[in-house]
Amino acid sequence: MTATCERAVERLFFAAAFVSAFVTLFIFGFMVYYGLPLFSGGRFLAILTSHWAPHQGSFGIYPMIVGTLAISLLAMVFAFPLSMGCAILISVVSRGRLSRILRKVVEVMTGIPTVVYGFVGIFLLIPLVRNVFDAGSGMCVLSASLMLAVLVSPTMILFFCDSFDRVPRSYGHAVLALGGTRIQHFLHVTLPCAWPGIIVAVTMALGRAVGDTLIALMLAGNAVQAPDSVFDSARTLTSHIALVFAADNESLEFKAIFACGVSLYLFTTILVLMIRLAARARGKVGQVG
Amino acid sequence: MRSRILMLLGAAVFFMTFSTSAMAGDLDGFKGEKGEIKIAGGTAHIPVMKEAAQRIMGVSPDVQISIAGGGSGVGIKQAGEGLVDIGNSGKKPSEDEVARYGLHLFQWAIDGVAIIVNPANKVRALSQQQVMEIYAGKISNWKEVGGVDKQINLYTRDEASGTREVFWNQALKKGEIAANANFSVSNGAMKAAISQDPFAIGYVSVGHIDESVAAVAFDGVVPSRETVKEGKYAIARGLYSCTKGAPAGLTKKFIDYLFTAEGQQIVVDQGFITVK
Repeated sequence: MTATCERAVERLFFAAAFVSAFVTLFIFGFMVYYGLPLFSGGRFLAILTSHWAPHQGSFGIYPMIVGTLAISLLAMVFAFPLSMGCAILISVVSRGRLSRILRKVVEVMTGIPTVVYGFVGIFLLIPLVRNVFDAGSGMCVLSASLMLAVLVSPTMILFFCDSFDRVPRSYGHAVLALGGTRIQHFLHVTLPCAWPGIIVAVTMALGRAVGDTLIALMLAGNAVQAPDSVFDSARTLTSHIALVFAADNESLEFKAIFACGVSLYLFTTILVLMIRLAARARGKVGQVG
Repeated sequence: MRSRILMLLGAAVFFMTFSTSAMAGDLDGFKGEKGEIKIAGGTAHIPVMKEAAQRIMGVSPDVQISIAGGGSGVGIKQAGEGLVDIGNSGKKPSEDEVARYGLHLFQWAIDGVAIIVNPANKVRALSQQQVMEIYAGKISNWKEVGGVDKQINLYTRDEASGTREVFWNQALKKGEIAANANFSVSNGAMKAAISQDPFAIGYVSVGHIDESVAAVAFDGVVPSRETVKEGKYAIARGLYSCTKGAPAGLTKKFIDYLFTAEGQQIVVDQGFITVK
């Protein structure tokens, strides 16, 4: 009885794994198939490097690729120190009540919907950026990155805290026994041991920043140009898909968004591979411990 | 789901209590009706759709009408694919789309597309030449058209927008739009952006103009219901509702309602021009 039951459960899990793997592959195949008119004849590279001017018959997504990279990488530049600081406060500097309260607050933050951040951004951040930097409309790479940084920070903070907490306590005792300070303990023991976990956190957060649509759609201005400065209006791949999605199904404009999909897909795949490698490195550190 | 039903019930009760019986005539056909109408598409249409839906749900609580935006492209597409009962469009669907989907078109209002600026901006009149040069990026500072010494922030709409198509065809004569123009996703989003940005220029449906933005005279004509109706204001278009095949049942009643005296009064009240 239990053996049959166990086998049934095993089959069920196998089916679940198979379906999710198949769906992922299927979606990729679907995008390539529908984007085929644009990919054929070596035009894929041209699409990646040319500009978007549908009325002149040019369906390049270069400005959107640059926009995506600029906004998400800048968001990481803002989010990393912020998250690192918070995580150090929660896991290293303060232990006890304050740490527990802060952690709860951060956990709540991870659940706030993106559109709320976008909304707050429009009414608070955009006028601020416009007035402080006297920079055009205020809808720009900088505004979107700042808000995205706020969006991805909670995830990063929790990951950082987890990887700090995983470093065995006995290491800390050893440092104290040798007469080391807490700062020395953190810099020379905790940080190197937690490094693989930090990389995982950064890749996860970067993936979220690249994949997020609403913040950039609401705050970056969506201009079809490769931004020259952080005060320029820009469009991400995800916003581009959202904006062009309403176009006629048979039009080349609509087909071009499949090229965006494939680019996003490849980008995420590369990220996942990086996470895998980092996780493997982390496993080795675990064995040392 | 439950809260939505409660909300609809609440709205129904509200309107049953407070709506006057004087306007009941054209709504008589909806009494005792049941069912659902799904509407999506053009964002210029939304104020009229909402008002009509509220009145209909007021007399017949068993009718549910959901209204979504998305833009004219979405309206044509979703109606054509049968995802919604009525797809709204602020541009005439192409012949290809009409043939491919078997669309039936109903034009129930005429709408102007007005150029708007922030109320703090003192510029209140532009010529077509100036508008074209501003959107092409050749005029990039407000002082060149009589305003303050500040960069002009351009706002436009996505390619599937009916409002954009009309503006681009008639105001810009299919001219260039500078690459640094910001994109808004609906008439509402455009209005919100312009009302927040003191150095912005954009365009919305005349029906969306209120005190949060200032309309700009185009070639000497101030966009208003009167000037659009008299044909003086040059940037105008029809507002369409599309159905896949000939409408039937509740959907037909809804569209017919838009053409009744009361329906056309809603069109006027929301700042559009009637077709009758």
